[in-house]
Formats: sequence, structure tokens, C-alpha cells
Amino acid sequence: MRSPRSLVGGTPAAAYEITFDGRDLTALPGQSVAAVLWGAGILAWRTTREGGAPRGAFCGIGSCYDCLVTVNGSPNQRACLVPARPGDTVTTQEGTGHADLAV
Amino acid sequence: MPAAAPAAAAGRAPAAAAAPAPAAARAPDSDAAVDLAVVGAGPAGLAAAVTAAGLGLRVIVLDAGDRPGGQFYRHPAPGLGAARPGALHHGWDAFATREAALRAHESAGRITYLPRHHVWTVVPGGEPGAGPGPAAPATEWILHAVAGHAPEERAVRVTARAVLLATGAYERQLPFPGWTLPGVVGAGGAQAMLKSGLVLPGKRVVVAGSGPLLLAVAGSLAAAGAAVPAVVEAASYTAYAGRLPVLLRNPGKLAEAAVHGGALARHHVRLLTRHAVTEAHGTDRVEAVTVARLDRDWRPLPGTARRIPCDALAVGHGLVPQLELATGLGCATRRSSDGTVALVLDAEQRTSVPGLWSAGETGGIGGAQLALIEGELAAHSIAGAVHGAPGHAPRGRRVPRLTRDRARLRAFADAMAAAHRPGEGWTGWLRDDAVVCRCEEVPAGRIREAAEDLGARDARTVKLLTRAGMGWCQGRMCGPAVSALAGEEPAADRRPLSCPVPLRHLAELHTGDR
Ligand SMILES: Cc1cc2nc3c(=O)[nH]c(=O)nc-3n(C[C@H](O)[C@H](O)[C@H](O)COP(=O)(O)OP(=O)(O)OC[C@H]3O[C@@H](n4cnc5c(N)ncnc54)[C@H](O)[C@@H]3O)c2cc1C
Ligand code: FES
Repeated sequence: MRSPRSLVGGTPAAAYEITFDGRDLTALPGQSVAAVLWGAGILAWRTTREGGAPRGAFCGIGSCYDCLVTVNGSPNQRACLVPARPGDTVTTQEGTGHADLAV
Repeated sequence: MPAAAPAAAAGRAPAAAAAPAPAAARAPDSDAAVDLAVVGAGPAGLAAAVTAAGLGLRVIVLDAGDRPGGQFYRHPAPGLGAARPGALHHGWDAFATREAALRAHESAGRITYLPRHHVWTVVPGGEPGAGPGPAAPATEWILHAVAGHAPEERAVRVTARAVLLATGAYERQLPFPGWTLPGVVGAGGAQAMLKSGLVLPGKRVVVAGSGPLLLAVAGSLAAAGAAVPAVVEAASYTAYAGRLPVLLRNPGKLAEAAVHGGALARHHVRLLTRHAVTEAHGTDRVEAVTVARLDRDWRPLPGTARRIPCDALAVGHGLVPQLELATGLGCATRRSSDGTVALVLDAEQRTSVPGLWSAGETGGIGGAQLALIEGELAAHSIAGAVHGAPGHAPRGRRVPRLTRDRARLRAFADAMAAAHRPGEGWTGWLRDDAVVCRCEEVPAGRIREAAEDLGARDARTVKLLTRAGMGWCQGRMCGPAVSALAGEEPAADRRPLSCPVPLRHLAELHTGDR
């Protein structure tokens, strides 16, 4: 089976885990949070403010802001830019990510 | 004003608040001005930086990315242990030699390379009263950047005598119903994620839109193991036939096309020209797309629609130069043959503002090879200016050669851009209920209402009436579509800030600056 990894060859350094909504995911060192999620077949990790529609990575380079996600409690991180670090807790972001502050 | 958004973007976690307040200026060598600050470490910026350092300049390179290379030479992080990082590229050597030169100049102290530094504004500095413009050219420039990833980011300030803007481009998107479904991703975006993260958005990926990038993307996705049932190209490649002389002067480009063509044939990818994806279907993610034939003006032809099942769609209609730093400083712009706005540059890559140069896609979309040439050309010009003899720098035979190559590749790029310029009929597939502004979730119907009933004649007025383009991305994704619906040509990038900036950095700017 061809895969992105077989294409570039070589062996990654030891994998580690992050969690997404409580689920353990395997991350390869150097992958962005978005890449880890795509690698696990997860394409949506946010819902929109107005329509509650699911969204994930779109532009892949930090310009569209569709991939916003909550990492270790900080909302509105661009998942396509933020590197995944061992033990990161990633959670689906709803609306502005500041629901807890709503009055 | 995006004031609220930047504050949120900074992800002000308690940890960040507790961190010591960053000094406004963390430029290496305190505040001493370097000869040249390069914004962007893509092919253009990288070539410029190493050439300028080789000509004796002290250079700082600031780039938003983690590693040099920009969008084209995106590659896996070292931790991914790729033995063949160039497998997804053409001309990897051109990058490898320049990266090696960058590292050598770094160790020798001639180049300071600052990754993860997003420059959000550039302002004239130097003697009081100095400013941009031919009368009183700025003697130096101050660049403000956000460094690192939130919540640990900090403010950095760099001072330089000359600035090269090599900020590249982002993808042009033309919306269609369903384009916000998960699994619909940018074509370049899929390529970027594959090159850096070694991941795919799905197993069966339709590639659609317009432009030569689609062929490269389809080839890479297929080589990496995805099934690509079709490349759906809105333009017709017969448009190239009228440009034969330009094509023949660029045999390298034809060979590249042949390589892509061969890869597609090998992976059984069908190329449908003069077709478009007019709708994506699915509930939680894309499950199929509708593909329709287009007329010459890109209007979908009734009765030609059919479905192609897929679990991802990689879509894009060419690239848009990223100009906000340049337009913020007053650089003159021009309309490119693909309809996008690019910088006006002279034969030596100078912008219309003295002391500011630009190279690569900011001067019009043209590919990595052209970007490398322009970066090098700019470095020779800057070296001449900084050494005090503008126009009389020691440049040998290299510069005329670069100038010739630039002209040849620019002509090719113009021919290609014209062939893929969106036809006016494309809005025919934009149903009223289709979302146009992804950030603010504004549907086409509301924008049409603003244009047709409320008299909005430009994107700015539409924005004020509907909020389209007011969200996080500041119109980067919906801009071309909103302009088309308002009946005008897309305008130049004008955004007050080039990325979200924490409010406290803005506050520091007030006190920290002269
Ligand atoms: C998503 C995407 C994917 C692409 N994929 C391909 C491909 O597969 N094949 C192909 O032939 N062409 C591809 N292209 C086109 C290709 O990127 C260009 O032809 C080439 O890279 C242009 O080089 P450049 O130096 O002008 O700009 P870029 O390579 O875009 O480099 C610009 C650099 O500037 C940085 N930058 C921008 N703004 C700032 C700022 N304010 N502060 C700090 N840094 C900043 C960016 O991080 C980037 O590193 C792609 C383009 C995009 C947008
Ligand atoms: S995918 Fe567009 S900003 Fe992350």
C-alpha cells in the first residue's frame, strides 16, 4: 500500500499521544494538530457560531481560520499551525470558544 | 476593526498572562539596524537572503513558518525522519543548496533566521520627519512581529535599512454550495498538509478548480496513496494554443507539464477540462460532488451534471498575491492577467516605495523557479543600494542573465494566468443559499440582495451591509467571490494587520515606538 510515509521513506522518531475529545490519538513528532487529526481520519473539530456547522482545516496554511480548535484549554488556536506536543488535550471548539464566559 | 478578533486569537490563557511581559524589542543585536530584513523564507525570500549575505550584507529573515521553504518547498519536520523529503517536489536541489547556504551564513553571523515570526506591520523609522515617498525616503524600517505560538507568543521588533517583502500568496477560492463541508479542502492546502504532515484528507479525493497547481496536487495525492477519480479543470487547455511562441520559449515548463501528465496517466486520473464542481454533497462530511460542463464563460450547462462519489475534494482556482504589508506602506499595484492584484515592480524588483523591494508571487503568480530568480535579482539591487551606489553595484554577468530568465518566465506565467482567469459565468453555480463568507456564514443571497436591492457596488459596501469579509480571515477566502457578486474586479489586499495581534502588543507599540 502506498502512503505518504512510504513515499518520503525513512522512519519517524518515537510517536506520542495526544487526546482529542477524550480519545487517544497517535502523533508523529513535528506534525501539526491538524495533521494528527487528519491522520486519524478526523476532519471536523469545531462548530460555527451561527449555524453550529462542523468545520476543520481548509486552507492548510494559516489563512482561513476555519481550523480553530481548543488546545489545553486555550480556544481559537489554528490547528494547521500549532505543533502537537506530547500529552496535549485537544477539544472540539464550539462557537467562539468562549461559551464559558457568556453572560 | 478586527480589535476583538486579535485579542481572542492570542489565546490568552492564564499561563500567558502570568508569563513575564515580553520586551517590545527582542531584535538580535539590540536595536542596531541590519542592512536588509527579508519577510518570508519561501523560494524568493530564501534566494534573496543568501545572495545578499553573499554580497556582504547583514540580513535578518523573518518567516511565519517553522522551517524555511515557503509553500512550495514545504517539507516534513525533522522528527518525521523522511529519507526522501524531496519526493514531493520538483527541483528539490535548488532548495537544498540554498538552505545549506542559509545555515552557513547563520553560523557565520551574516544571517539571522527567525522562524515562527509573523510580521504584522512594517513602518518607516529613522530620522524624525523621514517617511516613505520619493521626497523623503525612509532611512530605515521597523518591522513588528508576533513570535512563537499562542499562548506563549511574544512581540519582536527588527530595524533594517532595506526591506524585501517575499510574502507569497494564498489560494483563490470560488465558492459553491457545500464548500464548507468537512472534507472539502484547498487544493494547495491538501498539498501543504501532505508535504509537511504526511497526511491525506481522504482516500478518494476529487481535485477541482483551475490552474496548473491542480495537476501537481493530483499527482502528489495519487503518489501518496489516494485514489483520484478526476481532475476537474474549469478552463480549457486549448487556451494555451494561442500562446505557442511563449510556450516554446519555455521548454522546461513543457517538460514539467509532461511529467505531471505522465503521473496522472500512470495513476489513472482523468482530466476533465471545461468542467467544474458545482456542488458538494454530504451531511457531516463530503460524500460526493456534482460535476457539470461549462460554457466558454464558465456557466454550467444544463443537463450535464453528474455525481462523482468521493470522501474529500481538493479545490482551488489559482493563487492570490499576499500584499497587505506592501499596500499598507503605499506600494503601487497592478491587475494581473488572471484578475488578481499584484505589486508594480521595476526591473530590479523595487516597489514604488523607495527602500522597499519585493520578489516572488507578490509581483504576480509565477511559480517557484521564477521566485528564486527574482529573489536573487532583488538581492543584487539591494546590495547596490545599501553599498551606496544604486544601479552601479558589482554584478557581473549574472544579473543580465537573471533579468532575461525573469522576462521569459513572467511571459509564461502571464499566458498561463490568462488561460485560467475565471469566466464571468461562474456565479451561475452559486445558489442563493450557498455560504460565501465562511467566517461570518453569509449566504450568496444576502450578498446579491446588498448588491441588487441596496445598491452596493463594491466589496467594501457589501461588507458593511452583510459582514461578508469581516471575520477571522478578513476576506481572504470570500474576497474574490464578493467582488464578483458586487460586479467589480477584486481590489488590492487591504487589511490593517497581517495577522491577529494580541492587544497588549498593540498597546506596547504605542509606548515602545519612537
Ligand atoms: C497552499 C499552497 C500550496 C502550493 N503548492 C504548490 C505546489 O505543490 N507546487 C507548486 O509548483 N506550487 C505550489 N504553490 C505555489 C508556490 O508556493 C509558489 O510558486 C512559490 O512558493 C512562490 O514562492 P514565494 O517565495 O513567492 O512565496 P511562498 O513560498 O508562499 O513563501 C512566502 C513565505 O512568506 C511567509 N510569510 C507570508 N506573510 C508573512 C508575514 N506577514 N510575516 C512573516 N512571514 C510571512 C510565509 O510563511 C511563507 O513561508 C502553492 C501555493 C500555496 C499557497
Ligand atoms: S486551515 Fe486555514 S487557518 Fe488552518
